[in-house]
Amino acid sequence: MPRPESDLGDDDTGCPILHVDMDAFFASVELRERPELAGAPVIVGAPGARGVVLSATYEARRFGVHSAMPMSRARRLCPRAVVIPPSHGKYAAVSRSVMELFGTFTPEVEPIASDEAFLDVAGAGKRLGRPAAIAAMIRERVAAEHGITCSVGVASSKFVAKLASRHAKPDGLFVVPAARVVDFLHPLPVGALWGVGERTERSLLRLGVRTVGDLARTPPETLQRELGQAAGAHLRELAWGRDERRVTPHVPDRSIGAEETFVTDIDDPVRIRRELLRLSERVAARLREGGHVGRTVSVKLRRADFTTISRSRTLRDPTDVAQELYAVACDLYAVSGLEKTRLRLVGVRVENLLPAGGAARQLSLGERETGWREAERAMDRAARRFGRDAVLPASLVRPPSDGVDL
Amino acid sequence: MMFRVDRDVLAEAVAWTARSLPARPSVPVLAGMRLEVTEGGQLKLSGFDYEVSAEVTLEPQTGEPGVVLVSGKLLAEITRALPAQPVDFVVDGMKAVVTCGSARFTLLTMPVEDYPSLPAMPPAAGRVGSDVFASAVGQVAVATGRDDTLPMLTGVRVEIEGDTVTLAATDRYRLAVRELKWQPEQPDISAIAMIPGKTLADAAKALGATGAEVEIAMSSVGGTGEGMIGFSSAGRRTTTRLLDPEFPKYRSLLPTEFSARADLPVGSFVEAVKRVALVAERNTPIRMAFRGGEVVLEAGSGDEAQAVEALPVDFDGDDINIAFNHQFLLEGLGAIDSDVARLQMTTSTKPAILTGGKPVEDGGVPDYRYLIMPIRLSS
Repeated sequence: MPRPESDLGDDDTGCPILHVDMDAFFASVELRERPELAGAPVIVGAPGARGVVLSATYEARRFGVHSAMPMSRARRLCPRAVVIPPSHGKYAAVSRSVMELFGTFTPEVEPIASDEAFLDVAGAGKRLGRPAAIAAMIRERVAAEHGITCSVGVASSKFVAKLASRHAKPDGLFVVPAARVVDFLHPLPVGALWGVGERTERSLLRLGVRTVGDLARTPPETLQRELGQAAGAHLRELAWGRDERRVTPHVPDRSIGAEETFVTDIDDPVRIRRELLRLSERVAARLREGGHVGRTVSVKLRRADFTTISRSRTLRDPTDVAQELYAVACDLYAVSGLEKTRLRLVGVRVENLLPAGGAARQLSLGERETGWREAERAMDRAARRFGRDAVLPASLVRPPSDGVDL
Repeated sequence: MMFRVDRDVLAEAVAWTARSLPARPSVPVLAGMRLEVTEGGQLKLSGFDYEVSAEVTLEPQTGEPGVVLVSGKLLAEITRALPAQPVDFVVDGMKAVVTCGSARFTLLTMPVEDYPSLPAMPPAAGRVGSDVFASAVGQVAVATGRDDTLPMLTGVRVEIEGDTVTLAATDRYRLAVRELKWQPEQPDISAIAMIPGKTLADAAKALGATGAEVEIAMSSVGGTGEGMIGFSSAGRRTTTRLLDPEFPKYRSLLPTEFSARADLPVGSFVEAVKRVALVAERNTPIRMAFRGGEVVLEAGSGDEAQAVEALPVDFDGDDINIAFNHQFLLEGLGAIDSDVARLQMTTSTKPAILTGGKPVEDGGVPDYRYLIMPIRLSS
């Protein structure tokens, strides 16, 4: 992306919004334990032929490797890259503690992914200093306490802060002074704007709109005709640097999921259901481990041609029981109309999470006093003692050869 | 074809028939209501969506034979809004003209030849007073599930053994069972049917208003084929397809021995539950502690609003703490047809049973029982 004007200055007056983004998060976390790999191209992702790149160091990115790229392609681009299989539990732990660190600077923290968050530091001025100074402190402490680097964008609004942090990457700090927002934005390609995906970008290019500046100068009626009322108006506002969205600290609507890309596409419903069971077991174990229960179960099904559908159902009561997730997942799969379709990937996810502690449970008629819930808790205890997969549903006991963990 | 009927009579008949019309018809004609004046001079209004059929027969003031199909929803809205005067309905070519007082509506007709014929009424099985039937169905239908993915739990099970009819419904969290007497056509009849709960409740309520007897008609009695059940009373008949007769073996789930009993004054107890439940979100429990002559109701938790209320209660047995979904509790109390409800409990995780407080002679079983599963509180 073309460099925005580099002489914007560093006046952070009226720029209380920080966007903090970890640099190559998963890869950086792995590098802490493998210091010998520092400076080498490192890719995190399932190593199998059908794995996907989840994170890559900047050394690997130099070869054109990026997240979401098929592993086979990444390996072709950068044959000497070291591929590390992901350990999500580790990343989640680092993410939690980084978010907690943010919380010590301001209560106004809005996590938007495991590795990025918005902070509003307007109220921290007296205590900690100016936004850019706070941003520098955050960067120092993340590096000192977690051994990973992050980049921070400082701006007057969320979306500009996000663009600024991208501009700062890696391991940098970038301020977009409130008075220079338009100068910063207008040279950027439209695709850089939040909410402009591939499709929108294509329609804009058809109109001859290439940069944010072009967008800002396009008549609003044209945009609304092309993109719809709401989206058109919204993009135009963004193009002029207007973004009223506030940093809303909330415990985000978290979800826990697991998915599996098959080594070869599968159309056998029996095997698909077995996979759904395995994923349900894994998701339920993670729910219980984290002390969560969830009410919404969703299933993701990706066809061989990469088209993907998701189906979800919200349960009456929250659950952390694999057998309950599995029953819903099978149902969703059955009504998806893809039972005979070749699938490349299936996923199970639980959303609408609640803390399990407060979850009183409605008993149902004829339910045994000890049911699946108790059986699965016993499995957890066995797993803690003898290792994961110490106890499994019989249908999942098999040589682990026909799947690649993601 | 033409007829003249009083507005009130017509509006009621049209409204009743329109209830069974599908909101989103699979084929356009199913949105129609069929109106026919027979050679005998009777007016028949009917609707059908392949699951449920409804037909009203009434005597118009005047009539000329013929048949027509018009939009049922529109006709229902029009007749409801008409002034209280005689209504003239006249078919003129492709149009039907409705005139009442100074108001005049012209409706398009639909192709009546495309309309499916209503299923014939199955053979009569027996009769029961419409008010008894309506209240019994109402008491049981509260416990039906609303989740269409489990059809078995959305139905009311009807078991007929001679002169006893047992209605039962459960959504897994509660179970309502009502026994009533009826007059069977065959004294040794034995039959089982699963009726969609909502349809049954609607039909029972609508027929309950007639005050007459309801005749119940069933096809494939005792069989497992595609069955049908019909209800008719005072010129109205409705039929519905039966569900798969599968149902939990509920009789063994009804406990008969308890360690505690509370006789609750329904009115004041319901009010207290409603007050305390104000702080309980959907599906969160209301907790009850029975001690001696008192019950303490509580809802909410330390993180949010809390409510507590104590009231005197006639209690006998071991002290007990038990929690319920407040909606389930209120619906059960609402279905009890006496001033005092009896709540019988065993432990905080075992089913409890609500019945009318009237003592039953000779250790018999009360004719209405509402079982409710507690909510287990995590320790």
